[in-house]
Amino acid sequence: MEILVCVKRVPDTSENEIQLNSSGTGIETDDLVYSINEPDNYAVEEALQIVSKVGGKVTVVTIGGEDDEEVLRREMAMGAHHGVLISDQAFSGSDGRSLAAILKAFVQKAHYDLILCGVQADDGAAQVGGMLAAMLDYPFASLVNSIEVADVEKLKVSREIEGGNKEIHEIDLPCVLSIQTGINEPRYVGMRGIRQVASVPIPTLGPADLDIDPRTVGKGAAKVGRVDYFIPAFGKGAEMLQGKREDIVDRLVELVAAKGGLN
Amino acid sequence: MQFWLGQWKHPRYPTAGILHILIFAGFILLASRAFAVLVLGVTDNFVFPTFSGRLGHTYGIVRDYAATVVFLCMVIAATRRLVFRPARYAVPAKFGKAHTADAIFLLALIAILMLADSLFEASKAAANLQQQQPVEFLAVLSLPWMLKSALSSTPIPVLQNVHLGSYFLHEITFFFLLCYRPFGIQFHVETSLFSIYFSKLDREALKPVRWGVPDERIDEVKSLGVKTFEDFTWKHMLDFYSCADCGRCSDQCPANAVGRPLSPRFLTIKARDYVFRHYPVLGSATNSKPLIGELYSEDEIWSCTTCGACEQECPLLVEYIDKIVDLRRGMMDDGNVPQSIQKPLKALESRGNPYGKLGKKRADWTKSEEFRKACNVKIADGNGVNTLFFVDSITSYDDRIQSIGRATAKILDHFGENFGILGPEEKDSGHEVRRFGEETLFMALREHNVEAIQSCAVRIIVTADPHAYNALKHDYKDVPPVEHISQLISREVKAGKIKFNPIKNEMDVYTYHDPCYLGRHNHIYDEPRNVLDAVPGLKRVEMSRCRERSFCCGGGGLMLFYEPKEDQRIGVRRVQMAAEAGANVIVTACPFCMVNIEDAIKVAGMEGKMTAIDLAELVDQQIARDN
Repeated sequence: MEILVCVKRVPDTSENEIQLNSSGTGIETDDLVYSINEPDNYAVEEALQIVSKVGGKVTVVTIGGEDDEEVLRREMAMGAHHGVLISDQAFSGSDGRSLAAILKAFVQKAHYDLILCGVQADDGAAQVGGMLAAMLDYPFASLVNSIEVADVEKLKVSREIEGGNKEIHEIDLPCVLSIQTGINEPRYVGMRGIRQVASVPIPTLGPADLDIDPRTVGKGAAKVGRVDYFIPAFGKGAEMLQGKREDIVDRLVELVAAKGGLN
Repeated sequence: MQFWLGQWKHPRYPTAGILHILIFAGFILLASRAFAVLVLGVTDNFVFPTFSGRLGHTYGIVRDYAATVVFLCMVIAATRRLVFRPARYAVPAKFGKAHTADAIFLLALIAILMLADSLFEASKAAANLQQQQPVEFLAVLSLPWMLKSALSSTPIPVLQNVHLGSYFLHEITFFFLLCYRPFGIQFHVETSLFSIYFSKLDREALKPVRWGVPDERIDEVKSLGVKTFEDFTWKHMLDFYSCADCGRCSDQCPANAVGRPLSPRFLTIKARDYVFRHYPVLGSATNSKPLIGELYSEDEIWSCTTCGACEQECPLLVEYIDKIVDLRRGMMDDGNVPQSIQKPLKALESRGNPYGKLGKKRADWTKSEEFRKACNVKIADGNGVNTLFFVDSITSYDDRIQSIGRATAKILDHFGENFGILGPEEKDSGHEVRRFGEETLFMALREHNVEAIQSCAVRIIVTADPHAYNALKHDYKDVPPVEHISQLISREVKAGKIKFNPIKNEMDVYTYHDPCYLGRHNHIYDEPRNVLDAVPGLKRVEMSRCRERSFCCGGGGLMLFYEPKEDQRIGVRRVQMAAEAGANVIVTACPFCMVNIEDAIKVAGMEGKMTAIDLAELVDQQIARDN
């Protein structure tokens, strides 16, 4: 099975103190450390587990600049067979629709049985996967938290439903799935692994390689634009329970029960 | 020689230890007798050269007693196994059936040897006596002497048969035992000589990834660590054969004590059984499958705190930490790492600390208004600073632990040391990174720190963190000598340069908890105690497990991020030990011990009844400052 995983490099929310920049249009990027978007990492692990069972190759692709190559290297150190960087000045400032269009052009240049992406990027809007599927006219399942290869043409996937329930689907290949964290336990990649794939070539593709008209993507073509960025003001604080420990516990149980937390 | 002939570690378990020393001495004394008896079957008058005359007679007497003592030891040992059943010999169900039958069988074989030899000698003496021939002197009250007395009226033909029978019994048992030797714990008699002789001399330093491969060429090694059985070094395999199944390691192991899925004893025993199963004497080797998942579980290998209690105890000097770390290196190389540890490892890679905090905030602990008034901490950047205070991650970033850093700085200041810190230039020492098997990341951290330390041209490094101390001392090269703050304080106390105010609450009873990487791994036991004893009015008691038998707090560094399967927290067990000793203040000298012990006090519901304080904090609090 040929699997494509779309990945993105994002500021690592667990390791950064996110602060607004002085103009209020975005976040301060000076001291940020970046890493692969967490759900994307789960998607790559899932792809690797599938090909280890049924055979095939895993390709990771990202749209971005030179710096974004590091996440491709990391995923290749995990075991992904190919990495592709889609990069050009014309692509910068793309909105979700443009990104999906670029990926669609890339997918049409090759053949993939299965396309995975993370459920959403830490700095994104959870839209590219669905749009990509629509543009390709592929079936799409979101919030997938298990995949079973039923036969050569079908997958059995389960999706997480609000409230913790699960729903099982059969879905025809080729398809696009957005992967939820927790679907597996991604393997660890250390410096050694990254060093070992340091010299593997990663092709960079631009609009000409993908037959994209530069005017249809990028900032100029964006139909959605950010107008503001702010950190919400703190709400009214939590209610502090006071008194003896036993009373606090009783009151807590009452409150949780009142909110429907205890059945 | 100390550990083999000297049996150095045996008396740590008095009953079994003394029995072992007696049996060991008996075996050494009786070795030549076994061969002499063999030849006696061919020629009746055989004696070893130089053993004729007085030496021979003396040996005869010694030998009679030796055989008797060994025989008695067998009886006592068997009684222990069958009647008293010390808990450490028990085999938990998950590790298979009890080893009692094997043990008794072996004891019986040895007892038969002793009995047969004595009978052989006694029957001849009894016959000689009846025929009024010269009788070899038999040591009074020894086994042969008693048997001789018992046989004194037995007819000569019967004695003849007894004599012959016991000879054959002795030889059959002897040769059976020789052939049976390699298949069980009895093999340690032979292998121990080699496993002790070839054991690592520098026990504190971790085994390199591969012996003979320098660090800078580690990238050329295809596969890191131990993944299949054949990846173990020959010495580690020899360890598996040498283990005598005595259970002392697991008896001391904190992970085992709280029900984590690790027992050092069975780490070895399982490996030995695995060898017999997969590499049989007859036929060819059957596999080299990955060990993790088959022989060991992941949790088993992550459960170890590398406290070293098992190695401290093992009479045969079996190495455990190196094996655990090698297995972890193998898992790390395969990417098989718990998610809870992956996060801090990634943060260490990108930020140089496991918490993902900004590197430039590493010196923020020095910047509070109040502290700056008391002590101004410089950044050492080659500006003539003499002493480098290596702070390490937890003391730099953890709100509670920063207080240990500030206390240490104030103490250094009080001593008039011209000291500084690396500040943002410091990265995690990588001590736990290495012990968790991430050698490449450790090497990157070390390279960065060594460069930073060298560029600030200090004469000496001081730290309050035993893990950093151990790393700088044993894992790093080409850095100035390093001291733990307790050594410095102790020296000042000895020189009379420091005065303490009397302790405020005289009702408090203190106990000192030895951090593993200060005590067991670096033998610093007395210095912290000397400091405590110099504080007027401080009442100190010892916990039953102290000094080199100290009980780990639960493990430091990355172990704080690992979520083990256990019945109870290791730290809770430790806090209970302090309570049993009658103490209500636990003094320690390690930031990780502080985290674990303070947490454990809360978990055990002992808040208000028990407190913990770091040695540096206590000293800072008690120092009599002139102003």
